[in-house]
Amino acid sequence: MWDYTEKVMDHFKNPRNVGEIKNADGTGQVGSLVCGDALKLTLKVNRETEVIEDIKFQTFGCASAIASSSILTEMAKGKTLEEALKITNRDIADALGSLPEEKMHCSVMGMEALEAAVKSYRQGGEPVIFEQEPGTNIVCQCFNVSEQAIIQAIHNNNLKTVEDVTHFTKAGGACGKCKGEIQKILNKVLSCEIPSAPKEDKPKAYADMTIVEKIKAVEEILNNDVKPKLNLDGGSVELVDIAGKVITVKLLGMCGGCMNAAATLKGFVEKTLRDKLSADIEVKQA
Amino acid sequence: MKVIYFDNNATTMVLPDVFKTMAPYFTENYGNASSMHHFGGLNKKAIENARRNVAALLNAQPTEVIFTSGGTEADSSAIYSALRVYPAKKHIITSAVEHPAVLEVFKKLSHEGYSVDFISVDADGRFNMEQYKSVLNEDTALVSVMWANSETGTIFPVKEIAALAHKAGALFHTDAVQAVGKIPTDVKDIDADMLSCSSHKIHGPKGVGALYVKQGVRFMPFMVGGHQEKSRRAGTENVPALVGFGEAAKIAKETLWKYEAQVAPLRDKLENALLAAIPDCKVNGDKSSRLPNTSNISFGYVEGESILMMLDEHNICASSGSACTSGSLEPSHVLMAMGVPFQFAHGSIRFSLSKFNTEEEVDAVVKVLPPIIKRLREISPFHGQKIACPAR
Repeated sequence: MWDYTEKVMDHFKNPRNVGEIKNADGTGQVGSLVCGDALKLTLKVNRETEVIEDIKFQTFGCASAIASSSILTEMAKGKTLEEALKITNRDIADALGSLPEEKMHCSVMGMEALEAAVKSYRQGGEPVIFEQEPGTNIVCQCFNVSEQAIIQAIHNNNLKTVEDVTHFTKAGGACGKCKGEIQKILNKVLSCEIPSAPKEDKPKAYADMTIVEKIKAVEEILNNDVKPKLNLDGGSVELVDIAGKVITVKLLGMCGGCMNAAATLKGFVEKTLRDKLSADIEVKQA
Repeated sequence: MKVIYFDNNATTMVLPDVFKTMAPYFTENYGNASSMHHFGGLNKKAIENARRNVAALLNAQPTEVIFTSGGTEADSSAIYSALRVYPAKKHIITSAVEHPAVLEVFKKLSHEGYSVDFISVDADGRFNMEQYKSVLNEDTALVSVMWANSETGTIFPVKEIAALAHKAGALFHTDAVQAVGKIPTDVKDIDADMLSCSSHKIHGPKGVGALYVKQGVRFMPFMVGGHQEKSRRAGTENVPALVGFGEAAKIAKETLWKYEAQVAPLRDKLENALLAAIPDCKVNGDKSSRLPNTSNISFGYVEGESILMMLDEHNICASSGSACTSGSLEPSHVLMAMGVPFQFAHGSIRFSLSKFNTEEEVDAVVKVLPPIIKRLREISPFHGQKIACPAR
């Protein structure tokens, strides 16, 4: 049983502003039946002042999805469009007291639907289905979550782990294939906050390195770029030997007995080392 | 207000008579059954009495029953034992709709060098016998297929599945946690090599279960470090729980003959009344071969958790296969395997009855639920539009 606050239960049992405004000035939709939750917002906007005079919602989803939608309509009503767009998912969750971590994506959905509704108003009132900006990189195919949406959730909510990102955006919550990608985005965002020391201008070419430099360079790439991803599947990798362009490694843990070991070795470990060090590197299993 | 409990596949009430038999084993007869004194030794007798009762419910010999901490441990013990009995065989078979206690172990094994076949089911949840026959081979170490499905109540033809497994030289294990106590479960009749069952599904205490291992079938223990259970399951016996399990099994055996007549009419009344009162709903599962107490109904275009929360307001307990109730974001793997479309899978509710449910309770649900569904459909943006859902 979820630990819902009284406020969540109140808005679930007595949702405010349910329905659909006829001839709405703006209509925003997010989610689908497939995802298990969907939200539709309709707006009445004062053209002079751009104040939201009325707002109604329809939601398919769990108690927290309905409560998030309901409280959002209360928060947005009476605000100008500009003010309303500043409402973050964190504000929605805070207004409800709190939401269980696993349900945070419900509040994100509210924010996205509002964004779509405002866009719809600005485009003349045709309904807008929330979608990632064209050309954005969709990280989670199952729930159609973009890199941009993940970065925004990390920033807004100070997320630290892949699990956090899944709770807030659903990304990675189904097949889990994109978890490695999410970790990379997390690393990127988190490392931006702590600026790293300026790098040397021109890294030494792999072929020119001494054996010690080669070992250090390969170890660094394995530690930073390869192991974190393999760890997600319960595996790891160990450097065994370096002989010129031939790098010998050992796959450990789950990767060792994995039927995809060969693919992991060539498609991932070798590719990463080639990208980072030298295109003619060959990786062999010990 | 009294609770209306329609969630008996999740767990059941401990019978007062069962609790009474357990009570002395906490503060009075607290001795260790392995001790060399009379005080502890008496508890050994109580355990053996419980074992006889559990064995009788399964038509097994007492020596064929190993007590465990529950169904989950019994499942893991059975699976890992079979793999060690046949170390050279690298193929194992289960169904796509097992309880996670079996399914997750098989998924894990598939990453550890085993070739695994997950046998599919049809739209009514029936076992795909043709696929099963086609994948069985001499490299198959184990076939583990549940007797009855926890979510839909669909009963699998385990006797036929076991016979085919044996013909191919494989061991057969069945997770019978949901079947035991609800339908006759005769291990000799179906010729199971191993069978898991659990106490708290048959009005016994939680935290105790049993693994049946047929005499003559080799067994390698899962838990080691003690001589308990003839060195087949180490750990000091949970005497009150075992005594309670034994008593629950005894009562289940004595009353099994009338169980179906007690619960099936109530279940059918509930199901038929809801189907008649609510548009756009359908039953999930094989109505021709189903546990007498289980009804799984999908209410289209609404979400299961919301239904449960609304029912909870009326002190009505049920469960759902919706994504939101698990926190997993995906709807029930059982309904997905059956190909239930998303707009129905998210709104599935399982009612599982016991012999203690009454007609008045059924009437209360039939009165309360239709307006709840109506209300949630009014809130839903899909209300009125019959959206075809993309199949995956």
